[in-house]
Amino acid sequence: MAGLELLSDQGYRLDGRKATELRKLQARMGVFSQADGSAYLEQGNTKALAVVYGPHEMRGSRSRTLHDRAVINCQYSMATFSTAERKRRPHGDRKSTEMSLHLKQTFEAAVMTQLYPRSQIDIYVKILQSDGGNYSVCVNAATLAVIDAGIPMRDYVCACTVGFVDETPLADLCYAEESGGISSLALALLPRGGQIALLQMDARLHQDHLETLIEAAMTACKGVSKVLDEVVRQHLQEASVLTGE
Amino acid sequence: IGKPRPMVPNEGYLEFFVDCSANATPEFEGRGGEELGTELSNTLYKVFNNKHSVELKDLCICVGEHCWVLYVDVLLLQCDGNLYDAISIAIKAALFNTKIPKVHISSDDEGGREIELSDDPYDCMRLNVENVPCIVTLCKVGHRHVVDATLQEKACSVASLIISVTHKGTVTCMRKVGGGSLDPESIFEMIEVGKRVGKALHAPLMNLLQQEESLGKKRQKVGFLG
Repeated sequence: MAGLELLSDQGYRLDGRKATELRKLQARMGVFSQADGSAYLEQGNTKALAVVYGPHEMRGSRSRTLHDRAVINCQYSMATFSTAERKRRPHGDRKSTEMSLHLKQTFEAAVMTQLYPRSQIDIYVKILQSDGGNYSVCVNAATLAVIDAGIPMRDYVCACTVGFVDETPLADLCYAEESGGISSLALALLPRGGQIALLQMDARLHQDHLETLIEAAMTACKGVSKVLDEVVRQHLQEASVLTGE
Repeated sequence: IGKPRPMVPNEGYLEFFVDCSANATPEFEGRGGEELGTELSNTLYKVFNNKHSVELKDLCICVGEHCWVLYVDVLLLQCDGNLYDAISIAIKAALFNTKIPKVHISSDDEGGREIELSDDPYDCMRLNVENVPCIVTLCKVGHRHVVDATLQEKACSVASLIISVTHKGTVTCMRKVGGGSLDPESIFEMIEVGKRVGKALHAPLMNLLQQEESLGKKRQKVGFLG
């Protein structure tokens, strides 16, 4: 494939990172006072905002209430100014609905929904700037927001997108790499137990490479979980200082 | 870059879109926020999209063929009352910050027009936002009125008046919203107060914008992480 070289001979990628290096991750919890839980996360140039409302009584269709656990309702949307070309519809298009379903599936695996029967937890994620790895940034931001809301989870949910170029897995793809036509895999992991919450890949990849790719994704996710853990502890420390404990 | 409107071929125009995100209230999920969004967008069209606020002729590239279309996208993250005011301040600040690249028109071989954008990021045109109005919302609570009502104060008021005021104190647009009724004397009173407040709003805003502009590259982009 002619054009930009995704991985140079010296092992450097387009933005100067090494193959297994993650982008700079910065996050902040409790950005909104009105919501039950909120978080803002920046991974490289991708910025996402996640807001959690709940658990509260079922809104809308009462018939969807589950008698033994909570219903998780996710909405994924992108700001119209998030991509290079202005996006007409922020939500409601096919890609957004698909992403919302994936997020729902991911968090149903992690959140302890048995503690809140007959109720609903809303997770709204908004992408403010999109530069690749949209799904992973959403999951990471939503994890922090759920923690901020005080909803118990089995473990952190960390996600990462990895790609495969020249027999090397690349961790944390940016937009240029994602659209470069390489095979990419998105993985959401519960790091402590090594359980995979969601695995998605839609490209051609040889079966032999699959194992290395998943391994690389799991390592990257464990790296993300360390950063998220640090952010949560920092936030807790700040909050306890403010309340004078 | 788009085609100018047929009635005014030598002007560009602004397109408004207000997105009430679900972050603000769970009711805005899915299509819930669309109604409020369209209402806000329509009011913004009335207030901003005329030649008195923004010099639309500056947005023209080629009469009748090409013009600049400015898409103004507003994203609501948290609602605590007084949406119109906050949105208008944000729009004024964003328009101040807008840099439009300079365009060169050359004719190519077949006689058609080629548009070339200059590559230099500093070779750009800024908009003159002197006359851009700011919106002031006055809510009638009981027999008096309040400016800049929070959500709780809004719940107590029966009707409100939305006035857009320029920096000179001229009222460009006025609209009454709400289910209650206002009598004419209170409307005149509210307009006077609104003009005073609106005029006082412009000067510090412009000062702040100029100050931030003068910081140039050194300024810290705070965003949510600050």
